[in-house]
Amino acid sequence: MRPVPYPAPHPLAPVLAIDGLVKHYGPVKAVDGVGFSIAAGAITGLLGGNGAGKTTLIAMILGLVAPTAGTIRVAGLDIAETPSRVRAMMNFSSPYVDLPHRLTVAENLSVFARLYGVAEPRRQVAEVAESLDLAGLLRRPLGKLSAGQRTRVALAKALINRPRLLLLDEPTASLDPDTADWVRRYLLDYQRESGAAILLASHNMAEVERLCADVVMLRAGRVVDHDTPAGLLARYGRDDLEAVFLDIARGRERET
Amino acid sequence: MSGALGRIGALALRHWYLLRSSWPRLVDLVYWPAVQMATWGFITLSLTPTSGDAMRGVATLLGAAILWDVLLRAQLGTTMSFLEEMYSRNLGHLLASPLRPVEMMLALGFVGLLRTLVGMVPTSLLAIWFFGYSVYDMGLALAAFFAVLVAMGWAISFFIAGLIMRVGLGAEALAWGLVFAIAPLSAVFYPVAVLPEFLHPVAYALPSAHVFEGMRALLLTGTFDMRHLVMGALLDLVYLGLGIAAFLGFHGAARRNGRLLQMGE
Repeated sequence: MRPVPYPAPHPLAPVLAIDGLVKHYGPVKAVDGVGFSIAAGAITGLLGGNGAGKTTLIAMILGLVAPTAGTIRVAGLDIAETPSRVRAMMNFSSPYVDLPHRLTVAENLSVFARLYGVAEPRRQVAEVAESLDLAGLLRRPLGKLSAGQRTRVALAKALINRPRLLLLDEPTASLDPDTADWVRRYLLDYQRESGAAILLASHNMAEVERLCADVVMLRAGRVVDHDTPAGLLARYGRDDLEAVFLDIARGRERET
Repeated sequence: MSGALGRIGALALRHWYLLRSSWPRLVDLVYWPAVQMATWGFITLSLTPTSGDAMRGVATLLGAAILWDVLLRAQLGTTMSFLEEMYSRNLGHLLASPLRPVEMMLALGFVGLLRTLVGMVPTSLLAIWFFGYSVYDMGLALAAFFAVLVAMGWAISFFIAGLIMRVGLGAEALAWGLVFAIAPLSAVFYPVAVLPEFLHPVAYALPSAHVFEGMRALLLTGTFDMRHLVMGALLDLVYLGLGIAAFLGFHGAARRNGRLLQMGE
C-alpha cells in the first residue's frame, strides 16, 4: 500500500490564516473570535495588555493549546489536520520556554535541526551560528552565556529550519538597547532575505512601529483594531503607538 | 536520517549529550543498582553461611535484586528523561516542533533502555566479581525477562509522564514511588504463594510477578516455564496500551486546559 501523501502547501495562501479562533477556560474567554492573516514577507505586530490573549494565541498557533473553536492554517494547511507537517514550516522564540543549559550551543542547535528535519544539520548550524555571530560560542554550554547571547541562541534555534512563519514573543525583552537594536536589524534583514512571515508580540511600541507592516490590537481576547502603524496613528490622532495602545487598553474610542 | 526516525534520534541525541556532559548523572545510573546488588548479596551470605544451598540462595536473591532493578531503572530512566525536559523548561520547544507525542514516547523509552543498560551491565559484572554469581547463566531466558520488565517500566513511566504533563510537577513524587507500590505484589524475593490468597489474582495481573516466578523456577529447578513468559508478555501489551493511551489522553487534556503553557510549575 502506498503511503498517503501530505497535502502540499498552497503557494498563494497566506502564510498564516486564523479564522474565528476561540479559547475558553470554563467561563474565562482567553481568546474570543480572533481572525486575521499574514502574507509572505510581512511582519505583523501583536499588541495587547497583560491577559489580552497574546500568549494563548501564539500557543494555539504552535499547537501547544487546543482551540475551543476556529481554524489555524499555515500555508493553506490546517494545523489540526497535519500538525507535524505544519510545525515543520514554522518556529518560535519565547521567554516562557528555555533550551537545556547543560548542552552546548552547537548541541542545542544540532538537536533542533534534526527535530525539524533540516537536510544538512551541520551546515545549517554553522550558517545560522555565523549569521547570528555565535560561531565563537558553539562549544560553550548555554548556561555559561550572558542573557544577550542566550537570546541570540534562542533566535538561532527559531531560524534553524528557515521557517516560513516565525513567531516571536518578546524577542528583545531583557536585552540592553545595543543588543536589542542588533536583533531588530537582524530580523529585518532576515525577513527581507527569506520572505518569511513574522508574528511579533511585544510590549515595546517603538520596536513594533519600526518593524511591523501592520498591527493587531488585542483586548480581552478580541481583536479591537488591525491596521498599519501609520493608519492607527492617524485614526487615533496620536504621535506614537504607545499612546494608541493606552487608548485601546483603557477602552477609549478612536477619533474617526 | 529523516522523518520520524530522525526526530526520535534527535531527542535521543539530546539525552546522550546531557549524560555525557554530567558525570554525576552517569555515576548515579550505576551507583544505586550496585549498592542494591551488594546489599542483597551480603544479606544472602549472612542468612546461609554454611548451607550447601548457599549459592542457590545467592542466585535467587541476587537474580531477583538485579531483575527488580531492571524494572525500576527502566521506569526511572524513561520518566527521568521526561522530567529533564520539564526541569530545563524545554518541553514547549519539543511539543511545538514536528516531534509527535508517540515519537516522544519512543525516544524516551529508548533513552530509558540505554540508561538501564548503563546501570545494569556494570552491576551484573560486579555480581560476578563479588559473589561469583552470573545473571547471564540464565541464558536466553534473561533476555526474555529483561524485555518483559523493560516494557512494564515503559508502561508505568508513560502513565507518570502523562500525568505530570496534565497536573504539573506536583505529580513528580509518583516518578519515584509508584513502582515501589507494586513491589510487594510482584513477589520479587518470595513466591506469589506467600501472599494472602485473595492477592494472588492481583499479583498474577502484573507482568513482573510472572518474571520473578519464572526466574525462581529456572534457578531452583532448572526448568523454564514458558507460560509465565507468555503471560508476562501478553500483560505487557495491555499495560503498554494503557500507558500509551494515558500519555496521549493526558497530553490532549493538557493542550485543552493550557497546562503546557505552565511547564515546570
